[in-house]
Amino acid sequence: MMKTKRRQSLRQVLRFAAASAITLFFLFPIYWLFMISFKTADEIYSYPPVWWPASLQFNNYAVLFKDGDAITVWNSLIIASASTVLAMLLGTICAYSLARYKTGGDHLSNWIISQRMAPPIAVVFPIFLLYVYLGWVDTYIGIILLYTAFNLPYVIWMMRGYIQDIPRSLEESALIDGCTRWQVIWKVVFPMCRAGLFATAIFTFVFAWNEFLFALVLTRTEVTTYTVQVTHYFGGQSNFWTKIAAMSVLGTLPVFIAVVFMQRYLVRGISLGAVKG
Amino acid sequence: MADLKITGLHKYYGDNHVVKGIDLEIPAGEFTVLVGQSGCGKSTLLRTIAGLEGSDQGTIEIAGQTVNDVQPKDRDIAMVFQNYALYPYMTVYDNIAFGLRVRKTPASEVDSKVKRAAEMLAIDHLLKRFPRQLSGGQLQRVAIGRAVVRNARLYLFDEPLSNLDAQLRDEMRGEIKRLHQELGKTMIYVTHDQIEAMTLADRIVLMRDGKIEQQGAPLQLFERPATRYVAGFLGSPAMNFIPATLVHEQGRHAVKLATGLTLALPQPRFEAAGSYVDKQVILGIRPEHLSRRGIAREGLANADALVELVQPTGSRTFAEFKLGGATIVAELEAHDVQRAGERLELSIDMNRAILIDPTTEKVI
Repeated sequence: MMKTKRRQSLRQVLRFAAASAITLFFLFPIYWLFMISFKTADEIYSYPPVWWPASLQFNNYAVLFKDGDAITVWNSLIIASASTVLAMLLGTICAYSLARYKTGGDHLSNWIISQRMAPPIAVVFPIFLLYVYLGWVDTYIGIILLYTAFNLPYVIWMMRGYIQDIPRSLEESALIDGCTRWQVIWKVVFPMCRAGLFATAIFTFVFAWNEFLFALVLTRTEVTTYTVQVTHYFGGQSNFWTKIAAMSVLGTLPVFIAVVFMQRYLVRGISLGAVKG
Repeated sequence: MADLKITGLHKYYGDNHVVKGIDLEIPAGEFTVLVGQSGCGKSTLLRTIAGLEGSDQGTIEIAGQTVNDVQPKDRDIAMVFQNYALYPYMTVYDNIAFGLRVRKTPASEVDSKVKRAAEMLAIDHLLKRFPRQLSGGQLQRVAIGRAVVRNARLYLFDEPLSNLDAQLRDEMRGEIKRLHQELGKTMIYVTHDQIEAMTLADRIVLMRDGKIEQQGAPLQLFERPATRYVAGFLGSPAMNFIPATLVHEQGRHAVKLATGLTLALPQPRFEAAGSYVDKQVILGIRPEHLSRRGIAREGLANADALVELVQPTGSRTFAEFKLGGATIVAELEAHDVQRAGERLELSIDMNRAILIDPTTEKVI
């Protein structure tokens, strides 16, 4: 009896130790990024490494705001949020149509997801030429629409799965109870796949947030995103590590906050998708 | 005036002809049960009435208004689904109130109606719970409550008790019947269970292969089935069918079984069968009309048979025999037969027997 109890607690300790080690391993780069963003240039290059800076250099951040570089995080936020909202809205409606009306037969949805597999580099220059013609280079609308188009297949594919999992009778019951189709989507479909909606939205947002190639080619000065801005600090003569780190931290925070707040939905949404296959 | 009138209704799923020309009139306040085996088109018919499926031909009228092109929400119907169709993210109260709120009913009225419906169904203590916290029977009561609260013109039930266990099903069956008596609304109920059909219905509509095989009061269908299918579908255990030849002996009709056994038919009930003399017929006899030989009386035919299988149910015992080359089941008193292998003298109540034309399968 005692023996099994002791063995159980030992197993618990080992498990905890392993989990801690893995967590530390994965958190280390983030910790290091945060530390660099508060160091002086000398501390960054010093050997042995400085684990904790002598004084926190908030100036690294202040400079970004003073020079107006921080606005690029704001740009990223606008672009990622707007394209996520648009993609979720349009994608969910498309997905509903595919799931419930068999729009386009059996293969349209496969074709749609195949669009997501196109390598961005293959399409970025034709799009650039098109955007030059339309006057959309370096505009919010241009980059937002492009991200929306790029995310739509993913949203449609994911949401179609979640919607197919909703028992049809729930919708039929609502129709009989007095709802229109749009009300059914709003009052039944959205609440029923809330976890899936949030999970998909987060992935869509993260894609738009981290996107680099399109932003590099299609922005100049007006709507530069933070990912492109970071590359400006890599110079031919020297790299501005403090700025790179501070800008990277600014860029990490919104996603970090979003995931923390939506973790519950995220886990449930992903596992729902996993069951569906 | 009929509350529901269906004329020449057809429905296809691709090449599959599911509903094949249904004509049906249901008077206001009647409890109609659509019954039949799975795939006979009964659920499709119900869903077409609800407007969840379109029809390919024919008309559906509710209270004199053709509703073929009317949206489900505007048909003034309420429906109870087999899997309850409750919203898992809403409390019982909100589930019941849903239809009223969608229709913009004032909040105070919603509240009083929900509470009244909940009391009626004895679920008033569950109003704050979520569906996941309820048992199967409670879920079904909530689903019914959601329909009842609407005060619709027409109530549709799509196999609402199939997901419940036997005991609960019996209980809810009574509940639904009581509800119909209280509300006096027109109700259409789909089931494959003939006992549900017999016990609930004012009228049974028995469907087969997309058509109405026969419709009428439960006892009418049970006692005077029009076809072999109807005779075999209603009743448990099912009616026995024995191939035979109709003969005319000693001035009266009789059936001669394959083994040579002759069973006299009572007069004048089978007078009309005259044209079948010396032709093949099928003798139909219900298990409960076979008994252990007792007092001889008019219309009883006797036969000696070997018991092959005994199935006691407590109150009655089902025994299988070979008779006239067919295996038949008799529903006997509990202690009439003890075990297989016994020989028993059976009385067959020929007053209750039917004769079936083997080619048309119609009752003669």
